[in-house]
Amino acid sequence: MKLAVKITVNGVERAHEVEPRQLLVHYLRDTLGLTGTNVGCDTSQCGSCTILFAAPGAERGEAVKACTLLAAQADGAAITTIEGLAQNGQLHPLQTAFWEQHGLQCGFCTPGMILTAADLLQRNPHPSEAEIRHGLEGNLCRCTGYQNIVKAVQAAAAQLA
Amino acid sequence: MYTTAFDYYRPQSLAEALTLLRAHPDAKVLAGGHSLLPAMKLRVSQPVALVDIGRLPGLAGITAAGGALKIGALTTHAAVAASDVVRAQCALLAQTAAQIGDQQVRNRGTLGGSLAHADPAADYPTTILALDATLHAAGPGGERTVPASAFFTGLLSTALQADELLIAVSVPVYGRGTGGAYLKHPHPASGYAVAGAAARVTVAGGKVTQVSLAIGGVTVNPVRAAAAERALAGQAPSDAAIVAAAAKAAEALRDPLSDNYASGDYRIHLATVLAKRALTQAAARAQA
Amino acid sequence: MPNYVGKSLKRKEDPRFIQGQGKYVANLSLPGMTYLALKRSPYAHARIKNINTAKAKALPGVVAVFTGADTAEVGMLPSGWNVPGIKVPANRVLQTDKVRHVGDRVALVVAETPYIAADALDLIEVDYEPLPAVTDARQAAQPGAPLLHDSVPDNVSYTWALGNKDEVEQAFAAADHVVELELTNQRLIATAMEPRAAVAQWSPFTEEMTLWTTSQNPNLTRVVLSAFLIGVPEHKLRVISPDVGGGFGSKIPTYPEEALVPWAARKVGRPVKWVASRSESAMSDTQGRDHVTVAKLALKQDGTILALRIATWANNGAYISLVAALIPTAFYITLLSGLYKIPAIYGEMWGTLTNTVWVDAYRGAGRPEAAYVVERLVDVAAQKLGLDPVEIRRKNFIPAADFPYQTPVALQYDSGNYQGVLDKALELSGYAQLRAAQAEARKQGRLVGIGVGACIEASGPAPSKVAGALGGVTGFWESGSIRVHATGKVTVLTGAHTHGQGHETTMAQIVADQLGVDINDIDLVHGDTAVIPNGMGTYGSRSTSVGGSALVRSAEKVRAKVMKIAAHQLEAAVEDVVYDREQGKVYVKGAPSKAKTFGELAFAAYTAHNLPEGVEPGLEEDAYYDPANFTYPNSIHIAQVEVDADTGAVAIQRYAAVDDVGKVINPMIVDGQIQGGIAQGVGQALWEHGAYTADGQLLAANLMEYAVPHAAGFPMIATARTETPSPHNPLGVKGVGEMGTIASTPTIVNAVMDALAPLGVKHIDMPLTPEKVWRAIQAAQRS
Ligand SMILES: Cc1cc2nc3c(=O)[nH]c(=O)nc-3n(C[C@H](O)[C@H](O)[C@H](O)COP(=O)(O)OP(=O)(O)OC[C@H]3O[C@@H](n4cnc5c(N)ncnc54)[C@H](O)[C@@H]3O)c2cc1C
Ligand code: FES
Ligand code: FES
Repeated sequence: MKLAVKITVNGVERAHEVEPRQLLVHYLRDTLGLTGTNVGCDTSQCGSCTILFAAPGAERGEAVKACTLLAAQADGAAITTIEGLAQNGQLHPLQTAFWEQHGLQCGFCTPGMILTAADLLQRNPHPSEAEIRHGLEGNLCRCTGYQNIVKAVQAAAAQLA
Repeated sequence: MYTTAFDYYRPQSLAEALTLLRAHPDAKVLAGGHSLLPAMKLRVSQPVALVDIGRLPGLAGITAAGGALKIGALTTHAAVAASDVVRAQCALLAQTAAQIGDQQVRNRGTLGGSLAHADPAADYPTTILALDATLHAAGPGGERTVPASAFFTGLLSTALQADELLIAVSVPVYGRGTGGAYLKHPHPASGYAVAGAAARVTVAGGKVTQVSLAIGGVTVNPVRAAAAERALAGQAPSDAAIVAAAAKAAEALRDPLSDNYASGDYRIHLATVLAKRALTQAAARAQA
Repeated sequence: MPNYVGKSLKRKEDPRFIQGQGKYVANLSLPGMTYLALKRSPYAHARIKNINTAKAKALPGVVAVFTGADTAEVGMLPSGWNVPGIKVPANRVLQTDKVRHVGDRVALVVAETPYIAADALDLIEVDYEPLPAVTDARQAAQPGAPLLHDSVPDNVSYTWALGNKDEVEQAFAAADHVVELELTNQRLIATAMEPRAAVAQWSPFTEEMTLWTTSQNPNLTRVVLSAFLIGVPEHKLRVISPDVGGGFGSKIPTYPEEALVPWAARKVGRPVKWVASRSESAMSDTQGRDHVTVAKLALKQDGTILALRIATWANNGAYISLVAALIPTAFYITLLSGLYKIPAIYGEMWGTLTNTVWVDAYRGAGRPEAAYVVERLVDVAAQKLGLDPVEIRRKNFIPAADFPYQTPVALQYDSGNYQGVLDKALELSGYAQLRAAQAEARKQGRLVGIGVGACIEASGPAPSKVAGALGGVTGFWESGSIRVHATGKVTVLTGAHTHGQGHETTMAQIVADQLGVDINDIDLVHGDTAVIPNGMGTYGSRSTSVGGSALVRSAEKVRAKVMKIAAHQLEAAVEDVVYDREQGKVYVKGAPSKAKTFGELAFAAYTAHNLPEGVEPGLEEDAYYDPANFTYPNSIHIAQVEVDADTGAVAIQRYAAVDDVGKVINPMIVDGQIQGGIAQGVGQALWEHGAYTADGQLLAANLMEYAVPHAAGFPMIATARTETPSPHNPLGVKGVGEMGTIASTPTIVNAVMDALAPLGVKHIDMPLTPEKVWRAIQAAQRS
């Protein structure tokens, strides 16, 4: 069985035939070549694959784990991946903050961290340290110990406020 | 990582969904997919077909009706957690939703999916039981309701028939004089509840007039701690009374689950601690 | 301009990562690519009776299915550290006779898509005869334990001992006090966030193989693959490790998959890709730690340490991984002196084989195990003698005046000022106030604890000739090359490998200062054997001290040549010209206004129009640096925790870390390394456990079970440093990557034990899960 899907990814509508079982993360990585969305686990824990997902009709994208959605479920949705976060060549304040605060080491968790933080700041523009730590519970980083990630989110929040 | 192959159907209406389920008895319902897909990726679950109900009209959202909130089965955990009306009128449910998994999971996972899946370590079932909620199912023969107390029927199994869909849950609202609290001990890796306690307490004239306490995570299905409820009912909500009542929560916990992280004994112990704390918080909120 | 060293420059590597342009192996896609998947054993120990691949082969989209019979031409996975007398059991890339751990390899599939490859695995039928299994390091050595390999009759692959046993025994006989502990340093799973992956492409026309792989040391992997495994000559084998998403030791060894992927690519004549799932990583990546230790400390009445004696059973898993035998020997027993003046030490160990996933280096590798033993013993001794944990440490520290200090276990510590580190740590943590607050909390019945961990690391393993004497198959040097281009831009090549450590920035800082060029004119290249012919890679906190020093050496050569050219053009003697490293200019002493810039001189080197006699055109230099000794970073961490007496749950409330890592190139990066290291060490103390059932099933099979630390587990960590330069490398740097991990584990365990001290709890084995802590409280209250 093949399914026709239309998915808007980083502002561009893409149309493909997919196998029902193709995971959204594989669609992004293998079909579209958007390899910024990483895969760090097979049990939906690590958050490396986090993207912003706006279901058909939704106003804004919410953080979801692209490894735990079928491409078929994204039919009609609008997705932002890490590749689409910068606008007109301008880094998103979260990207800048991760860079300035040394919020990454190996960089593998970073796309997912940044997009989860983007969702967090949409919900709660002035999060406390505890709220940031709690808000990142679906994302694992093995390198940084999280401290500079928390600082980056704080810095971006200040910047966006 | 890679599921087995399956066919995929996305019905446009409830009727079509029910027809598809009858036509494909081996199909599984796909709602948020946050229990089903992880199981399929590990090939623990290998359905031949999925019926994706994720976009069925009318199954997501919260409506107030006659002392209850009717919450559509497809309402996400995030929507419940953030809902002003749930937070104001049934805060216990919103608190529970906010403690499920992580933000990404809450953005996709649904109330109906969580209840239909009936994971022993899930959070909603415990709270639904404490709230004496009513579950609404639709099947080929029409709609029916099932009380929460009769819904969970064993490990990962419920009173739903294979060709039925859970379409909504009604939870009673509560206001001044009643307080609720849901507390869990999360597994350090999965975040699921190793033990969870949901308490709802009504205090009037300095006495506990109504109390419900449910414990999840410890046994295959959540259970009401009836002995604990009886012990507290009619008492002043003092520390001593709550401690004594919470200790009785253990009586309801037969054949506890056990794993590498937490033994059965420890889970029972955790349940009594969480029960004490949840009852204390609930009683304090009732009197606030 | 320059003077970049010592500044917290933003990282040069970050723009690609924050924009999703990291070049990880799993991102690679080649035309005609196929996908490899491995059939792995569900049993911990079983005889393979039959493998039926017919159904898998018949599945549409399957390109090939191979078993151990097909891969017999591939060599055995070697041991790279052969301690005297070691018995290295045969380890085939696909097993033929038996499987010896859950996840052991029995067959492989190559298919058109990874989905089809996974389907095909389910169609391979393996007939197993299950055998009894053993998982515990000490039990494996007992008579009657199930035997894994005929060639290792008692499951003991190697033993090692160091120190003077007689002196130790005399000291114990004369001691006022002896404290004894039996400790388990539990099995850990490294869990770099990027799972391992490999892609290979074979060119039949040039007979060249290219392998992209997630390695911390691509050059080493090339040597091992070429010499022992796949028979592609080294000059025809190109190994590329592009961006690697963390390693922590688990990406050091050469893995069977790294042999199978190129082997299969050649067999099927198409590129082959393999990416591990996380569950597959859990059963195939080398794991860490797993010691059982009996340790004793002899003391005088006043707390002076007289002697230390330990016996350790180190679990190697089912096979001997590449540097496995180094970890519990020369990286462990040699570190047992800690920061202390201990007159006599004796350590012995048994390296055993069990039906578990193999074990190799994991962040710290041996040194955390040593630090844990020493720091737990010292704390237990303090408790017994009624001393403050700070005082007993201060009393026994090696005084600053005693350096260089020869320990009784082979190492010679080069420098240190442990009292200074301690003073700073007391100040940073507000130790006195913490103790006062603890006294208050205890009055309220709260279980608040303060823990101290004082640790040393021997980092940047060295020198090569000692490595050879101890059983090492390779040396411990590093290469560093500087290619100055005609336009004055600089390409720097290192044999070290960055997988999060920030070398692209720190190495550029070093070279920019050495040459006096703008840091934006420098790029670092690493991780490609076609460009970097030789190198040893990154582990053991060696990259800056060894790799950075190699770059200093090649920069010195570049400067020397530049000065010759400048002297010639300025018509002066070389002795009379000055290389101004701040300005990047060369001039004749006393005449700075008539300087030649670095750019001009680089251009001159390539036009070669006007070079001095005997000077060749071009401006590029190579150097190999073989360090004279390890470096000895040291640290004192202090933490405050509170235990929930009802549930046993531990909360970390404060954490202060003072580290002496010698000279600091980039403070921001050093802090990041320390913070990340602390989180990993805390993970061991509180949450992580690569647990097995008695019959060898891996309980921590994926991230639903294995508890990697989350953001919410930590308070903000306060860091500070003292700076005692390493006397023997040109940068004065010491290792930093592993320090946080080494110190934080005992710090947290000591803090929890301090919290429980009023109850009389002496020790709990890690991880200190709520249930274990609660049970210890219950037991203490009963007795
Ligand atoms: C990383 C992670 C962490 C999590 N942590 C927690 C946690 O801490 N606590 C917790 O409670 N849960 C947790 N979950 C589970 C999560 O809450 C799921 O979303 C939920 O259990 C299932 O909801 P779903 O909509 O995703 O259902 P699905 O996965 O789509 O379906 C689950 C099952 O229910 C059936 N089903 C779904 N909807 C219906 C319906 N309307 N009628 C009949 N049958 C139906 C499906 O056929 C399937 O068998 C976690 C999940 C993940 C991935
Ligand atoms: S890949 Fe780990 S959560 Fe999606
Ligand atoms: S930066 Fe490496 S996992 Fe987060």
